[in-house]
Order: sequence, then C-alpha cells, then structure tokens
Amino acid sequence: MSEHKAHAGQHHGFAHPASVKSLLAVFFSLIFLTWLTVFQSTLDLGNAELIVSLFIATIKASLVILFFMHMLHDKPLNAIVFLSSFIFVALFLGFTLMDAHGYKDSYEFQNVDSAPVVAQTTE
Amino acid sequence: MTSHAHDSHDAGHGHGDHGHSPFLAHHFDDPEQQFDSGKLGIWLFLVTEVLFFSGMFCAYALYRSLHPEVFTFASQYLNETLGAFNTGVLLFSSLSMAWGVRCAQLRQRTGLVICLAITLGCAAMFLGVKAIEYTHKWDLGLLPAGEYVAQYLQEPHHAGISPWLYYLSAVPALCVVGFAAWYVMAVVKGEKRTAEVAGPMLVTALCYFLGVFVGIAFQNAEAAALAAEHGIEAHATDVHGSDSHSSDDHGHEGSADHEHDAASHEGTKLVSRIDAPVVPGEPTLAAVDQKGGAGIFFSIYYCMTGVHAVHILGGMAVLAWLLVRATKDHFNEEYFGPVDYVGLYWHLVDLIWIYLFPLLYLIK
Repeated sequence: MSEHKAHAGQHHGFAHPASVKSLLAVFFSLIFLTWLTVFQSTLDLGNAELIVSLFIATIKASLVILFFMHMLHDKPLNAIVFLSSFIFVALFLGFTLMDAHGYKDSYEFQNVDSAPVVAQTTE
Repeated sequence: MTSHAHDSHDAGHGHGDHGHSPFLAHHFDDPEQQFDSGKLGIWLFLVTEVLFFSGMFCAYALYRSLHPEVFTFASQYLNETLGAFNTGVLLFSSLSMAWGVRCAQLRQRTGLVICLAITLGCAAMFLGVKAIEYTHKWDLGLLPAGEYVAQYLQEPHHAGISPWLYYLSAVPALCVVGFAAWYVMAVVKGEKRTAEVAGPMLVTALCYFLGVFVGIAFQNAEAAALAAEHGIEAHATDVHGSDSHSSDDHGHEGSADHEHDAASHEGTKLVSRIDAPVVPGEPTLAAVDQKGGAGIFFSIYYCMTGVHAVHILGGMAVLAWLLVRATKDHFNEEYFGPVDYVGLYWHLVDLIWIYLFPLLYLIK
C-alpha cells in the first residue's frame, strides 16, 4: 500500500488530490468525444455504426473510470472487483443473445399497440 | 495493517477524545483503513449497480438484435440535440464532482460547497431537459407498449407546452418556493451556515426550470428548422433520404402526398415511406409503427432512462447531505470518504448515460 505514498509527494496522507489540469483535460476530451459520437452518427457507416459508437462510448467510460473515479491511483483490488462485473455482464448478455437467436424465427410482432388515430387510407 | 498513517492522524484536529479524527469509527485502526474499507464497499455497490443495469441493457441488446428496424424507426423520435446537451451537462457535473473530491482532500471548504452546488444544479438541469423530452413524447403518444399510439398519419398534436409539464414541474416549483423561503429566513436571521445550504438548494431547484427553458428553446429551434427545411426540400429528411441508397430509385413517388402531413407535424418528420422496409427483408414501417414494435422500444427507452433518472434523484439526495456536511466543515485530508464515495456513484450514473446516449438517440 505504501507505493501510493510516493505519488502525491505532499502532506495529504493517503489523499491523492487530482490536479486541476488533469480534471479539465479529461472533461474537454469527454466533450470532444461526445461531439465525435454525434458527428459519426451523421455519417453513413451502416452496421459499423453500432461498433463505432460503442467504441467511442467505451473510450469515454475509460476516461471517467481512470481519472474521475481515480482508478488509476486506486488499489488493484478495487479495480479487479469493479472490472470483474463486466465479465459477468458479458456472460449474461452473451448467453441470452445466443439463446434468443436460437429461436429467432418462431415469433412475430404482436398487436399490442393501439390503432392509428386516423385510419390508413391513402396507401 | 499499515502503520504509516499513524503519524498523521495523531496530529488530529482536536475534536476527538484521543486526538482521533472525529469521524473515525472505533473499530478501525486509522483513517486510512476506514477509507479503504468504505472504498471497497462503494466499489462493490457499483458492481451491483452495473449488474442491475445490465438487465436492461440485455433487454435492449436482445430486442435490437432481433428487430433492428424498430430501433431505426423509433429512435428518430428522440431529440438528439437535447440528448447531446444533457450528455454535456452530466459530464460537467462529473467534472465538478471530481473537483469537489479534490477540494475535500485539500480542506477547501468553500470550494467544496461550490462544487457540490454546481453538481446539484447540473443534475436538476438534466432532469428539466428530461421533463421536456418525456412530456413531448407523451403528447405524441410515444408511450410504452400497450399505450403507444401509431405515429403514421396521426393528426398533428397541439403545439406549445404540454399539460404534463405542469404536473411534472409542480414538485420543483414547490422546492423553489420552499428553498427561497428557507434562504430568506436564514439570511434574515443571520444564520450564515444555513444560508450556505439553502442558497445552493434554491439554485438547484431553479436549475430544473433552466433545463426546462433550454429544452423548450432547443425544441422550438428544431421545429422551426424542420419547417423551413420541409418548405424547400421535402424529401431531405425522410427515412431513406440520408442513409439508404438502395431505395432512392423508387423513393420519390410515394412521399409527395405526405409532404403536407410531414410539414405540419414535427414529430413525424421522417415517416414518409411507411410501406417500405427499413432494412431489406424486414417488416415494413407500418408493421413496426402499428403492430407493437415501436411500443416495445419505448418501453425499453422509458425503463432505461427512467431508472437512470431515479439514480440522478438519489444522487441529488446524497449530494444535499454532503452539502450540509461540507458547510459544517467535516471533510479534510483524512476524512473525505463520503465525498469520494458519492463521487464514485455519481460518475457511474454518468457512465451509464455515456452508453445510453448513443444507444438510444444516435441510431440511423
């Protein structure tokens, strides 16, 4: 644990105040990436769109986790605990999607919604 | 477990019995051990939050993978500008929260109060914009499955402010009145510390209405731009105009008679070719719109954004608690755990929005 002491250098005990410069840099990167993800949605990327937007979102999430949530200077145990949740999320989503696609063709839209306010006449 | 923190905590702040920090629980050796324990606890809580939200992301992934055309169709009714604005607001609140943790660690009492006030204000503004988005959708009949009203050929809804908005804004309006009265009383009585709590709370309640006005302004600007666009080039914004080259050849004959409808109805800006499938080989827009597809999208939308908004409200409650403690000067370089923990929670709520925004708003 004492390796964390070396980092701050000042007399803040176990507190490691983040520098204002790094906080602002992270914030403006996040704003830029938000702009970027809005911009990429105007492009015609086809099926790559989902992957690109999720990739950008993951970069943003990493910035927030590493700097705003101080994981970069946190104890490894905390990082392992938190990041392990994503393994379980991946298992959860992966198995559910695999299962659902096994019987994809066996169901259809149900008529659960109300009818259009004006009957469809012009088509 | 560690001994290097003893040197600092024995210097103490004089409040405790034995030179301990006043908030050091007796079952901890030192402030650092207390902090580390709390930190592990909050990370575990965040794990449960991630898993909790993953249920909804699973519903989303499942439905989107099975019916991508529903998402392409229904996502057009979400206001991208407002979503992007709200993303910025939440990111800024995350910045002020992280800055607040720094202030707590450096014993900057006023700085911490200001940072917490900004975080609270941003949270309220987020909810104000959200209220505009929700009420606009309720007006249009963009409701969860079962209540969803098919959008195609729907009669234009009334313009102006939704009656729902008045109901939603009742609580923030009461908060404005209450906090204003509290603030004035505190100032009159000369209770400086109470005023330092009541002031930020008043600003927070007002920020909700700032969000509401920003939302209305963006929505009006967008409607005006859309109307102008439809006047010049009616096909430019329909579903296939921008993203599908395969349908350009048969595109223009069908939409001519709907131009007027579309121009008079800002909500159905993209619904011009209802009989064409969004994705080749998939159900037609009419089926998506009228047979339950879009309603399930909005079920997922309300569930995810609604639960997220509840988390914002919960975050505001604990931020208010921090604000009270910050004015009492409870936090210092040995005891900033509560600020740090709430910060971690707040950043997680921000993280979830970072994924929700592109997944819900930015589908083309």
